[in-house]
Amino acid sequence: MTTASPADTAAHESVATPVSTSVTSGASDRWAWGLVAVGIIIPLLGYVVPDIVSDYRLFLMSTMMIYAIAVLGLNLLTGFNGQISLGHGAFYGVGAYTAAILMDKVGMPYWTLLPIVAVVCFVIGFLFGLPALRLEGIYLALATFALALAVPQMLKYRWLEDLTGGVQGIVLLKPEPPFGLPLSEDQWLYYYCLIVMVILYWAAANLLRGRSGRAMMAIRDHSMAASTMGIDVARYKTITFGISAAYTGVAGALSASAIAFVAPDSFGFFLSISLLIGLVVGGVASLAGSVIGGIFTVLVQNSSQSLSNFVKSDLGLPFDLSPYSVYGILLIVLMYVMPTGIAGGVAIAWRRLRR
Amino acid sequence: MTTRRGFVAGASAAGVLLASRIAQAQKGKYDEGASDTEIKIGHTNPYSGPASSYGVIGRAIESYWKMVNDQGGINGRKIRFITLDDGYSPPKTVEVVRQLVEQEKVLCLFNTLGTPTNTAIHKYVNAKKIPHLFVATGASKWGNPKEFPWTMGFQPDYHTEAVIYAKHILANVKDAKVAVLMQNDDYGKDYFEGFREGLGKEVGRIVKHVTYEVTDPTVDSQVIQMKDSGANVFFNISIPKFAAQSMRKAAEIGWKPVQYLNNVSGQVSTTMKPAGFENVQGVITAAWLKDPTDKQWDNDSEMKTWREWMAKYNPAGNVQDVNYVYAYAVSFTMHETLKKCGNDLTRVNLMKQAASHQKLRVPLLLPAITLSTSSTDFYPVQAVRLQRFKGETWELFGDVLAAESS
Repeated sequence: MTTASPADTAAHESVATPVSTSVTSGASDRWAWGLVAVGIIIPLLGYVVPDIVSDYRLFLMSTMMIYAIAVLGLNLLTGFNGQISLGHGAFYGVGAYTAAILMDKVGMPYWTLLPIVAVVCFVIGFLFGLPALRLEGIYLALATFALALAVPQMLKYRWLEDLTGGVQGIVLLKPEPPFGLPLSEDQWLYYYCLIVMVILYWAAANLLRGRSGRAMMAIRDHSMAASTMGIDVARYKTITFGISAAYTGVAGALSASAIAFVAPDSFGFFLSISLLIGLVVGGVASLAGSVIGGIFTVLVQNSSQSLSNFVKSDLGLPFDLSPYSVYGILLIVLMYVMPTGIAGGVAIAWRRLRR
Repeated sequence: MTTRRGFVAGASAAGVLLASRIAQAQKGKYDEGASDTEIKIGHTNPYSGPASSYGVIGRAIESYWKMVNDQGGINGRKIRFITLDDGYSPPKTVEVVRQLVEQEKVLCLFNTLGTPTNTAIHKYVNAKKIPHLFVATGASKWGNPKEFPWTMGFQPDYHTEAVIYAKHILANVKDAKVAVLMQNDDYGKDYFEGFREGLGKEVGRIVKHVTYEVTDPTVDSQVIQMKDSGANVFFNISIPKFAAQSMRKAAEIGWKPVQYLNNVSGQVSTTMKPAGFENVQGVITAAWLKDPTDKQWDNDSEMKTWREWMAKYNPAGNVQDVNYVYAYAVSFTMHETLKKCGNDLTRVNLMKQAASHQKLRVPLLLPAITLSTSSTDFYPVQAVRLQRFKGETWELFGDVLAAESS
């Protein structure tokens, strides 16, 4: 195996920052639980200031959490294990469709689905991970790229149409609050996503803190050295691929519930790229970075449109900046100012301030 | 969370609220999104992504409302048209439509574009009781007032159009053996199902059915298969690029069936010219809009008004693009509907007015085609006319046709 692939060197650099070690420190735990507490309180503020905490904003925040979970899945693979994937949108789509088909055709309630979706996506990810073992760095990126392109086409495939609904997609019902809780659909959706996200983050933090996590990172840093230390590189790589796919698939299943509709057009190649952008912008190999990445993905795509309108109509400037050019400019600026992602950039700034 | 524009909008909305409370004396009855001075209309369109060529429709509608506002608005109220990009991605559509309804608080949604995107918001807008008018898709499912009383289509749906072709084939082609080329998606299937329905018990006349994916480079092999089937009728369900390719290929390999082309590809400049005028003589299609590249409309007064509007409000727009004609016609329909509402700008009244057009003449529809709706008929334009390609342009023939199939 070659060790000089760009992925390895990129991973090396990110290890040099203290971001990845912050996973294990106790202080960040308190921070994390503090944030969860804030997360629990936010929807309740809706009763006090209904204009600011509207259902629409809660829905947006649920979407952010869903993306955060998907980015976390990608981070486990790319950030902590050094395998680049350009195709995680495919697992997201598989997760969404698995959930949608089970709800629509089998009639299962939405809250029983996540474990099944996780298992299905784990198996698919694991199987995809087997041939991927032979592929390193950019070659793996290319293979996963093909996956991302293939999945939307496969969802339209004639023989699968009875299941997937073809291009028409499947229309679903929105999850209703259980036990007659006095919550609106969006409030419940928010809590549902929050609960799932907290559990998944807790699980990921534990995984990374232990032996397996160290093995994953050792493989990323120097796979040859890791294998001489007695780490079963092949097994860890495939299992990581499976876990990563499972996380992203669960995010897809949540999105199917949130949007209440799935169609192949929702899982195009751009979704995979968005996840990768979220990962890099948030912070590679950082759990907090994944949350930031999720928030970024939703927030910046939205605000780039308002920003482009603002430039044109409110400032009256003569350029017709398309939202995507604004998005691109923002990305370039961010990468220039914070090359290790927002989580890394904040950590560095914090250290400078304390000095 | 709050973007700056959101904040500004919020602040000004609060200002308007205050002002209106002081003013008190309201002229009419209003729901959210309408007031004495303003009517807010929401719209989504793919300005980015794979379907961004439709982006011109959104821009054209925007400039239509600009013209209306320049002329003093509707019953003294200005139109505020808020158009957002959904990139043709259903989850994004849900998000931006919720933004329009819950943050911007629009009175109604108008001409949201795309079949999958509208499907994603179909239930939501009906649960919220937001008028979802004149959607920009030809699928047949938008005219279902029983289950979805807040959603209304606009153009003749694909299903109806295909029924008309089928009936025409049965009546005019002796011993027809039909080969069908179809784009493999919901648009293609809608046509194909309508076509089968139109053939009725003669459905066995379809001797060959081939499909292509929109990502395919060519349809050459499909055309060869169709020729080999011995068919004497060719029903072409494809978008302009593939329509031009297939008709050219058919001529090249010496296959001379009677050709029926779907309306989607009826434009002279994007389909017929690239296919080669000599290859497409006698092709039949259905039409409901006037094609701006068609010379027979050069002295038409509606077309002249449209050209003036294009010159003044869309100076950079392509005057050969039929999307601008479409945008003008559909905006005019919305304009008339809002006019009819008078001072009762409630959502219920808006739906009621939208569902009570009687033989409304909409500019740029073909002569003798009018727009009618009722509480049970949510298909505004349902009639088409057949036309045959001759020389370098289309020639209308026969009567106005309408199939009350769906």
